[in-house]
Amino acid sequence: MSGAKTGKASLWPMVARRVGSAALTLLLVSMVIFAIAGLLPGDAAQEALGQSATPEQVAALRHEMGLDQPAPVRYARWLSGMVQGDAGQSLVAGMPVGAIIAERLPNTLMLAGMTAVLAVPLALIMGITAAIRRGTWIDRAINLASLSMVALPEFLVATVGVLIFSVKLMWLPSIAMVSAEASWSDTLRSCALPILSLTVVVVAQMARMTRAAIADQLDRPYVEMARLKGASLSRVVLGHVLPNCLGPIVNAMALSLSYLMGGAIIVETIFNFPGLASLMVNAVTSRDMPLLQACAMIFCSAYLLLMLVADMVALLANPRLRAQ
Amino acid sequence: MKRSISLLAGAPLATRIAAGFVGFWLVLAVAGPWVAPHPVGAFVDQDVFSGLSARFWLGSDYLGRDVFSRLLYGARYTVFLGLGAALLAACCGTTLALWATLSGGMVDEIISRAMDTLISIPSKILALVLVAACGSSLPLLLLICALTYVPGNFRIARALAMNLAALDFVAAARARGERKFAIALHEVLPNMIHPLLADLGLRFVFVVLLLSGLSFLGLGVQPPYADLGSLVRENISGLTEGAPAILAPALAIAVLTVGTNLLIDALKPEDKR
Repeated sequence: MSGAKTGKASLWPMVARRVGSAALTLLLVSMVIFAIAGLLPGDAAQEALGQSATPEQVAALRHEMGLDQPAPVRYARWLSGMVQGDAGQSLVAGMPVGAIIAERLPNTLMLAGMTAVLAVPLALIMGITAAIRRGTWIDRAINLASLSMVALPEFLVATVGVLIFSVKLMWLPSIAMVSAEASWSDTLRSCALPILSLTVVVVAQMARMTRAAIADQLDRPYVEMARLKGASLSRVVLGHVLPNCLGPIVNAMALSLSYLMGGAIIVETIFNFPGLASLMVNAVTSRDMPLLQACAMIFCSAYLLLMLVADMVALLANPRLRAQ
Repeated sequence: MKRSISLLAGAPLATRIAAGFVGFWLVLAVAGPWVAPHPVGAFVDQDVFSGLSARFWLGSDYLGRDVFSRLLYGARYTVFLGLGAALLAACCGTTLALWATLSGGMVDEIISRAMDTLISIPSKILALVLVAACGSSLPLLLLICALTYVPGNFRIARALAMNLAALDFVAAARARGERKFAIALHEVLPNMIHPLLADLGLRFVFVVLLLSGLSFLGLGVQPPYADLGSLVRENISGLTEGAPAILAPALAIAVLTVGTNLLIDALKPEDKR
């Protein structure tokens, strides 16, 4: 009883420490991104006014934009703006960055969510099957397939998908149209190819890590014990092994889903999907630094959040991790 | 070297095929310009996006240029930029890792924290921000790709070096009064070279994917140069016709990366089941 009590008592400080550590990392990440963006040769004021501007005009705009202040002051102002949800003005669109992002973010979340709904069960099935049938041809086939899928470039998957499903079979549109008026089935149809491409890209890593986690547990004595008691293999895996590797599996899921962010950059661009990643590519092309910084911060926050959640799940699922 | 060859001779068929693909690309990347049947920028075909033929093995591209010749030239940029960036990333990452491990204390703390920060920025996002800030000339692309993968290599090398540094022979070398540099070079590094080589191969795959992804977005290798990713981009309008001009370079990248990945996996010394 008392052991359980101390276990509970020591959980909250650990959670707080992890949250604090993630917040510190996010702060450092924001410094890195701000610093890199500051490397830009020439400055935003010069760029906005063009070549014909007089030095006085440039100086005036620099002052207005706060560019004549030292970097730490600008950083502090930018950071406090970001925290309050004001990411500044887009240099190209002339709109608040927040408004542009608010329009795109739901699309990207929807794409990521639907991909996860498809990819996570698929990866679990592949990983569990490979682990149970270790050493058989099924295991080798899944291993070979996932090793190959990890190394496939996203644009190959996407272009082959377009070639098969929209050019040859004409089942699916090759451009993803998303609008508020479109019905659910229409949205789903037009997003089917992006979702499929992203699934191919993320499912392999998840399946491999799931297999590794389960295969590691299958060698433990408790599995042998359960088998000797007469429990069926599926029961042992689902009832005994799976709960024990919840931590590593969730970690694999989080890592792969965070990869969705990066993978989405190419896939969103190919399908003209109006999401955050293609917005970021546009920001790079037009060198719209405020927009770029905001997008990068959102992606990094999402990554850190996923890692934090995976960490928490591992902590809750495995009491031994709370021991120290 | 001899060992890896004898390893390959007794390896299963799939491994030898993978090794063949990788070797094939390395040879093509070096010998490309001498093998190419047509000049790289010449408009040699009346048709655009023509199919496979005896004269143009892989058809022609959107301007009527020979795809096969362009592929051979493009492979050079992909392979050499990839190798260069992977080597640079591995050298920087491993050097930092050895320095951090053997110094310990504050140095380790600071380097590790910095690398943890960089690793929390998804690699494509970091590369995009860097390209936006610095531009994308060939040397810059090499540096950007290298920098993006330093933290990943650092993390692996540090874990390896940490395990080794705790062993007796390192303690003995320290007690002999050897300098940190000598310990790193003679005691620690030779014992972690195999996993590091595997990691180097993996970084190469990542760099090739990142680089061709950037080029595909139009943010990587800039005209007049073209790597395999640029070739996919410039021929994207041939997609509806299923032109070989777009599929060939994309498949070429896949053969290179998948082959490397399978080869690394096969050469891994007895994976723990």
